[in-house]
Amino acid sequence: MAGKNPKSWDLGGKNFEELASEAAKFKGESLWQDAWRRLKANRTAWWSLLFLGVFMTIAMIAPLMPIPSPVFLDLQLEPQPPIWPWTNFGTGGFEPQYWELSALDNFMVDTRVAIFGDWQTGPWLGTDGKGRDILSRIIWGSRTSILVSLAAAFCSLAIGVSYGAVAGYLGGRIDNLMMRVVDILYSIPFIFLVIFLITIVNEYRAELEDNYGIDRETVFYVVIGAVYWLTMARVVRGQVLSLRNQEFIEAARVLGASTARIVFVHLVPNVLSIVIVYLTLTIPAVMLFEAFLSFLGLGIEPPKVSWGILAVDGSEMVNPVKLYWWLVLFPAGAMGTTLLALNLLGDGLRDALDPKMRGRD
Amino acid sequence: MRQTLAFVLLGGLGALALAIASSARLERADFTFNNGAEVSTLDPATVSGVPEGRVVRLLFEGLCVKDPKTLEALPGMAESWDLSEDGKTYTFHIRKEAKWTDGTPVTAYDFEYSWRRMLNPLTAAEYAYQLWYIEGAKHYTIFNDELEYIGDSETGHDFWIQEQANGRVRVGCVQSLLTSNLVGSFAGNRSPKSPLKHNVKEGADFLQHGTLMATPLGICEQEHWFPFALRDAKLNPDLPETIGALLDDPYNEKHWFAEFEVDAGALDAQRESGMIRNGKQYREEILDVAGLGLHALDDTRFEVTLEAPTPYFLDICAFYPVFPVSRKNIEDAKAKWPNSWELKWMRSENIVTNGPYAIEFRRVNDRIRVVKNELYWDADNVAMNTIDALAIDHLGTSLNLYLMGEIDWIDRPITNVIPRLMPREDFNPAPYLGSYFYRVNVTKPPFDDPRVRRALALSIDRQAIVTSITKAGEQIAYGFVPPGMHGYSLIEMEHGQDEATPELTFARHVEEAKALLAEAGFGPGGKTFPTFEIHYNTDQTHKDIAEVVADGWNRNLGLNVKLLNQEWKVYLDAQNSLDFQVSRSAWIGDYSDPNTFLDMFLTGGENNRTGWGNPEYDRLVGEAASVSDDKTRLWMLAQAEKILMEEMPILPIYYYVTRNLVNPRLGGFHANIQDEHFGKFWYWMSDEQLAERRAKQPADWEHVSAPGPAAGLYSPASQR
Amino acid sequence: MLRFFFQRLLWFAITLWVVVTVSFFLMRQVRGGPFDGERALNEAIERNIKARYHLDWPQWKQYLQYVGPLNLDDHGAQFLGGDGTDVFTGILVGDFGPSFKYRDFTVNDIIGQSLPISISLGVISLMWALLLGLSAGIASALWRGSTTDVALRLVATTGIALPNFTVAGFLVIFFVFTIPLLPVAGYGSWRHLVLPGFALGAPFAAYIARLTRTGMLEVLSQDYIRTAHAKGLPPRLVLLRHALKGGLLPVVSYLGPATAGILTGSLVIERIFAIPGTGSHFVNSALNRDYTLAMGVTILYTVLVYALNTLVDFAYTLLDPRIKLEES
Repeated sequence: MAGKNPKSWDLGGKNFEELASEAAKFKGESLWQDAWRRLKANRTAWWSLLFLGVFMTIAMIAPLMPIPSPVFLDLQLEPQPPIWPWTNFGTGGFEPQYWELSALDNFMVDTRVAIFGDWQTGPWLGTDGKGRDILSRIIWGSRTSILVSLAAAFCSLAIGVSYGAVAGYLGGRIDNLMMRVVDILYSIPFIFLVIFLITIVNEYRAELEDNYGIDRETVFYVVIGAVYWLTMARVVRGQVLSLRNQEFIEAARVLGASTARIVFVHLVPNVLSIVIVYLTLTIPAVMLFEAFLSFLGLGIEPPKVSWGILAVDGSEMVNPVKLYWWLVLFPAGAMGTTLLALNLLGDGLRDALDPKMRGRD
Repeated sequence: MRQTLAFVLLGGLGALALAIASSARLERADFTFNNGAEVSTLDPATVSGVPEGRVVRLLFEGLCVKDPKTLEALPGMAESWDLSEDGKTYTFHIRKEAKWTDGTPVTAYDFEYSWRRMLNPLTAAEYAYQLWYIEGAKHYTIFNDELEYIGDSETGHDFWIQEQANGRVRVGCVQSLLTSNLVGSFAGNRSPKSPLKHNVKEGADFLQHGTLMATPLGICEQEHWFPFALRDAKLNPDLPETIGALLDDPYNEKHWFAEFEVDAGALDAQRESGMIRNGKQYREEILDVAGLGLHALDDTRFEVTLEAPTPYFLDICAFYPVFPVSRKNIEDAKAKWPNSWELKWMRSENIVTNGPYAIEFRRVNDRIRVVKNELYWDADNVAMNTIDALAIDHLGTSLNLYLMGEIDWIDRPITNVIPRLMPREDFNPAPYLGSYFYRVNVTKPPFDDPRVRRALALSIDRQAIVTSITKAGEQIAYGFVPPGMHGYSLIEMEHGQDEATPELTFARHVEEAKALLAEAGFGPGGKTFPTFEIHYNTDQTHKDIAEVVADGWNRNLGLNVKLLNQEWKVYLDAQNSLDFQVSRSAWIGDYSDPNTFLDMFLTGGENNRTGWGNPEYDRLVGEAASVSDDKTRLWMLAQAEKILMEEMPILPIYYYVTRNLVNPRLGGFHANIQDEHFGKFWYWMSDEQLAERRAKQPADWEHVSAPGPAAGLYSPASQR
Repeated sequence: MLRFFFQRLLWFAITLWVVVTVSFFLMRQVRGGPFDGERALNEAIERNIKARYHLDWPQWKQYLQYVGPLNLDDHGAQFLGGDGTDVFTGILVGDFGPSFKYRDFTVNDIIGQSLPISISLGVISLMWALLLGLSAGIASALWRGSTTDVALRLVATTGIALPNFTVAGFLVIFFVFTIPLLPVAGYGSWRHLVLPGFALGAPFAAYIARLTRTGMLEVLSQDYIRTAHAKGLPPRLVLLRHALKGGLLPVVSYLGPATAGILTGSLVIERIFAIPGTGSHFVNSALNRDYTLAMGVTILYTVLVYALNTLVDFAYTLLDPRIKLEES
């Protein structure tokens, strides 16, 4: 090429600055703005997003809300049914009893005590076999479940995207080898892997906590994430494979950008749309996986509570002698609507971000 | 076209799937119960565990059986027995009409064989120690790997030697090799029942008089096997007795048969020359049969000599791991499948049994079906024609199947519905020989302080646990040995249950616990108590109890307690290696004697798992074992339990109750302290009998549907 | 074509070897052994048991013995109770060894008994999933944006939104307790497989519906469909003959993992409905430290996933002429 130096290009009589300012006047619609507009137009997805937003907010400010402690035991012979209408309030008085909370949560609990004092909601959704309030457990459980799935999803994102992008960009033998490794990992029954990892982590939990400040839950997220990165890697690799020979990558390469820079600055942003779509699908999968682990008794440790634990507790109640339906229905409802919203949002995002859909309806 | 093909293919697959599913269709058995798990094996010698026990009791019968109500030992395969005056030798008289399912008679030799087999290290029986009350039995079981090998593996002339501490060498070989070579040289009749016993003395003399080298004894004929022995062997002075025992032994096991004195250096020289090789890789056991107190005197008389008088030996005879197996069964299998007989002889199509039922088939993880054994000596009194033992491990499913009438007996309904089950006529919890407690690792501070352990024990709200978690009317425990053992009164920790109500007791306990902790230097003004963990294995009830206990310690003593759920094997491993602080535990008695509980906590015992030890405790429990006066013995054990409850390496919580949910129409099923039930006695009651039973029940019991044959499957009156 | 299969075979061998090796050693790193029980074993007895299963050997030797084909046991296959005539053992000669937990059975026996059951359950749930998923997916693609579409998608998504034990619980409440139509659990007739088949297939049905919808939407906007319409072909014919074929591609590629997932992921459903299939062994063998059985099911899973994926790649070429079996 003759002109490596842009200044030697024919700029049609204008200088570079002029052209640049002219170009800036056109307000092109970026992919993201376009997607956002289309997402808003999709009512289902929009409502899902709003619902999730509200839910997340509730989960975050759970310690502030005038609900009983999710672990406060009030031992009774049987679970207490829900109380309708939802106007009466608990008589027992609030006991600020939790597991070890973070500083922020503790602050929120203190604030809540300052604002509401003893005042708390009654057993609106009933209580479980140990007299713990279901409403409170669902809200607090959502924190754990959302945290697990977000953490695991981002973990899978980090590994999957880098792995897939590198493999796709490098191509050839290295790509082949890296993808075979993924194939092999795919073939290992990951339930074994998870059981082994969790038992090994349990064994070293004290060392981990003391030396690195990592608690079991963190490891739990990482473990799940480590399992879910495979598909992400495949998806990203496929996308990158189709992008790597396009002009802008070519240009970056010619300009002497390093491989790492090309992969993470040029390629990754271009596959983000598909990654985000896939992420909204990973989160429900992780939540279900957490429930599955709880079913096997390998999930989150009590007294902490998660939706998985609630769902398992509820599924134990299915029998014809006495159906404690509120233990089955409410946790399932909370989990169902959230995952439903996530899935619908994922669909909406895909429609919105899919370049092929752009400009159509 | 391709699409059509695909649909046809899918349809075909579906049809095939349905066909497979439908081919498994079964008629419902006369009686179905949920066994809770797939049994690990049908071989009585190597099983342990409740589900296995239930199936083995259906299929086999031991010398004694248990009374279904009192669990007292009753005649089984042995119609009677004599006990020698010193209380050490039992002679069992085997029933002449007792038969195996293949039609051959059950003889004393089968028992001798079975028990020898159980003790044989190659069998690897978990419960082998139950027979260690027999003279020489423990010694017989111990695996011996300090062996060396001489011989010729091609011709099968294998000999094993072991250097003894006194410089002598023991020599062993498989018994048939010895008898063919040794016995072949004697004149005399040979009958399979008492092979050449009368010649033993003569033979031994023969050996004693230094003619060893010149005789046609195979072992010495081929000089290169025993080069050192050929020079200056001196025979074991006990040899006549040893050989006597050997010649009597029809089991073709490997035995030590002689001891030699060897030249100094002779062994080393042979080792260097490669004549003697390290025997470890061959993994052989050479058994010491000489001192073993098991003898079949003839077909019907079985003599057992014990190390010491053991008052509960008959109970052991009725314990399922010591039930006999058919020698013919195993040897036929050995002949037929030389490489895999260990996996073949107990297959449902091959196994030969002697109990009230015989196996029809097994489906892994589904069911074991047994049918009435017509050859059983008491077959007239067996009512059910078929019984299914299901292997359903999901408690909810098991309960649902029971409630839908598809199962007639389950032993663990889910705890949440227990309040609803309590008034029903089919749910009658009864005391069970089991104790639920927490182990404390006394090797780690602060738990090495008995005051701390006591404080923890006092501040467990036991009443809350039994009313709101376990719910089936368990008795709260301040001691370890459960109530209901004959002649043994309940021992409780100091200041156990002594206030008017449980609430008051607990309130006072908490105060006491606070004082104890302060005394130990913790609490306000003292050290902070370190955060610790409660380990429990995966189970809803364990989790619930741990939550309540942790909550109580946190609320009442201000301790920081975490829970750690561990899967079963990790939990066991952590307990065994003392890698815990507090760990959920339970113990179910093997037999109805405090000893089965108290011998756990002997210093260094394999089931101790607390690191605790107390010499006085060891002395009391150890000496009690050989005290023949029952009163003194139980008194000594009670003193030992008092020590345990003072030092509290364990925190007792409650004593178990049984949780059987049984079809009200089932007769011959009795609650008992070991929760053992005997299929031999089960029968279906007719409508009249059911009405009669109901008339005797308290009036407030809820009647439930009692499916079953309305006419009843009657068991002859003699059984009821 | 042949080259493709050879390459696949080679990778298959490598995959299998890696899986076997990694799982073999990983399994033995986890705490607890197959013979640990509530009652601790006497030391002598424990040594006997370990020796019997060769657990007293160094791990590399156990590994070689497990893989085979040569029998390392000098004194014969005492592992299986033999007297020394077995020259070959190990998985290379198809011998997966005896189960450590279910000691009356070999791993081959257990898999042989339970796999057909899992397959029959799997096939039924797969049929459910395909039937429901395809029809819902096609319908919602055809009437995109309509109430039908939204409703179908809602229903389909619910299948993914609940853990399958919860779905199973609801099914039992409705079809067993409320309307006593079907047996609550067990195995023995087609009626026993209806509820578990449905509960197991539900998430897959939902997934298939979504894939079908997306795939169909993509195809329906393509030029050749427009051409077909323009030619005046009846819409139904266009749909069935032209659109469906292309639209099904994503579903086909999903079938491989889905089948493997259904066959092996049935653990929860098999437990709840007391079906004696392979699924339960997946987790139980790991929890029991039943090394041989765990290895057996791991190998089974690997083989299944690999075979199904290869099959899917193959089916892909049949459906889409543009794709050639590439050599990777």
